[in-house]
Amino acid sequence: MAEKIFMKGCEAVAETAVRAGCRFFAGYPITPQNDVPEYFARRMPEVNGVFIQGESEVASSNMAYGAAAAGVRSMTSSSSCGISLKSEAISWMAGANLPVVIANFQRGGPGIGTIQPAQQDYLQATHASGNGGFRMLVLSPMNLQEAVDMTWQAFELADKYSKPVMLLMDGFTGTMMEPVELPEPLSEEEVAAIRASKTWAARGKHGGPQHKVMCGPGLDTRISQEQMNERDAELYESWKTTEVEYEDYMTGDAEIVLTAYGITGRIAKSAVKLLRAEGIRAGLIRPKKVYPFPDAAYEKLPLEKLRGIVSAEMSIPAQFAEDVERVVHGRTRIVTALSSGGEVLDRAAILDAARSLMK
Amino acid sequence: MMEKVYSRPAGIFEGAVTGFCPGCMHSSVCKIICEVLDELGQLDNACYVQGVGCCGLAVTYFDMDTVAAPHGRACAIASSFKRCSPETLVFTYQGDGDLAAIGLAETMSAANRGENFTVIFVNNGIYGMTGGQMAPTTLLGAKTTTTPFGRDEREHGAPMHMCELLNQLDAPAYIARVTAADVPNAKKARAAVKKAFQYQLEGKGFSFVEFVSNCPTNWGMSPLESLDHVHNVILKEFPLGEFRAK
Repeated sequence: MAEKIFMKGCEAVAETAVRAGCRFFAGYPITPQNDVPEYFARRMPEVNGVFIQGESEVASSNMAYGAAAAGVRSMTSSSSCGISLKSEAISWMAGANLPVVIANFQRGGPGIGTIQPAQQDYLQATHASGNGGFRMLVLSPMNLQEAVDMTWQAFELADKYSKPVMLLMDGFTGTMMEPVELPEPLSEEEVAAIRASKTWAARGKHGGPQHKVMCGPGLDTRISQEQMNERDAELYESWKTTEVEYEDYMTGDAEIVLTAYGITGRIAKSAVKLLRAEGIRAGLIRPKKVYPFPDAAYEKLPLEKLRGIVSAEMSIPAQFAEDVERVVHGRTRIVTALSSGGEVLDRAAILDAARSLMK
Repeated sequence: MMEKVYSRPAGIFEGAVTGFCPGCMHSSVCKIICEVLDELGQLDNACYVQGVGCCGLAVTYFDMDTVAAPHGRACAIASSFKRCSPETLVFTYQGDGDLAAIGLAETMSAANRGENFTVIFVNNGIYGMTGGQMAPTTLLGAKTTTTPFGRDEREHGAPMHMCELLNQLDAPAYIARVTAADVPNAKKARAAVKKAFQYQLEGKGFSFVEFVSNCPTNWGMSPLESLDHVHNVILKEFPLGEFRAK
């Protein structure tokens, strides 16, 4: 078993990315994720990788797009309002089928919000991270070990589907420290082999029969926009069976089910045992990917027999709860436990919401 | 036996159907680029980053690897692409709205970092693709669809001169303004493009060639009138020459 290291979230993500073969990172300063570009600035020269501090979030995400077009495992990160600026390039990545990992260490919003942690970007991440109706796999860790594991997974998924993948974190998971077990780094040969396997990447024709074009629907003269979007729609649909990932914790005999994702999922998980100590049979559904949403996790619950569901998130108005409501569709009561503006969601709010369902 | 003295340059699709308007200088610029790449033996090793606007129509011309950029971002994309693929000859193909308005930050920043790629900038003083709106390079007094009473310095600012702006930075290696509006100048333009690509191949850093171009369609002129306008009016505002050759 590998050694456990005590690391900060931003740095654990960055180090895992390097180990996963990421050789390009571009970023732009924004709190609370500055440790990510700072880490890459120090680390990339050690692995012959490229770090660029872009002139803006817009530029840095487009740089990540350009590196991916060259076949390099590529990443960018930001926080909330910075992600809005990156949405231009994210949409282009989806349109041009370019694999890039984007990390969002969410802060408050809308607008500049606050620099404190929040989960105010749920709908943006899962439903519309840019124009054009594309979808994106969105992974959301509740602790730093999951952040490490999901960073690795994000690069694998991005390459598997040749699409952008988002790591949806927050100011807590980015700035807190925890012991993590890091994966063994890919060797330089493995990193080179991954790049070489991307025969679609641009590098000059070099005698090839056809030149390669990295662009979105509408610019490619060889496939129509409709054909391209139909193909992608099939892919997104397939994710609903192949890419669903969630944690089901003690729901077997549950009368109340808590549900939350990311750091709030962790707080909710700790509430399950406290409720059970009070004699309330609680369980938890915690999506590990928030896109595709794990409809099946809720469908398999005996919804009509439950006393209800507590949907918790660090967002006002509720966003994640909208997806829960969509699946549950009136078959049981849903109450929310919410916070916003930088305060960590108080576990007492989740406990109180659960207790209210017992009345 | 007849001798073949002129033909379509390699690097332009066989049977390419141009998307450019009749008399538009874009076609000449595309041709010059391909001729130079062929001469340098770089056609097979070239990748270009395509801007948005009329320059995007080059995709129907250039038979080479293409990375399409969102509006204005070509220099950001070329920066990362070239750094990840230093052995590839990389150039951006951009118009004035793309490069000097929405992409001004990307252009200046890539130049300031001395990124080792080439910018081919086609300046026709107007947004052509979208139907003739004011560009940063539109001349004072010029009527466009968004300056129906003429460009007014107090309201719209004066035309921006990209070569002169870039020449304020330390890093760029090569900066030149050329035109293909007549044969002698087209020959000089060809030499400038060649020099820019050679600078890149030698690793000297950022190279920038601005073509003073025309837009018969949106200027409301015949192709010949538009060339006269370039000579008699535009070149007085945008003087030709090499601004820097390190």
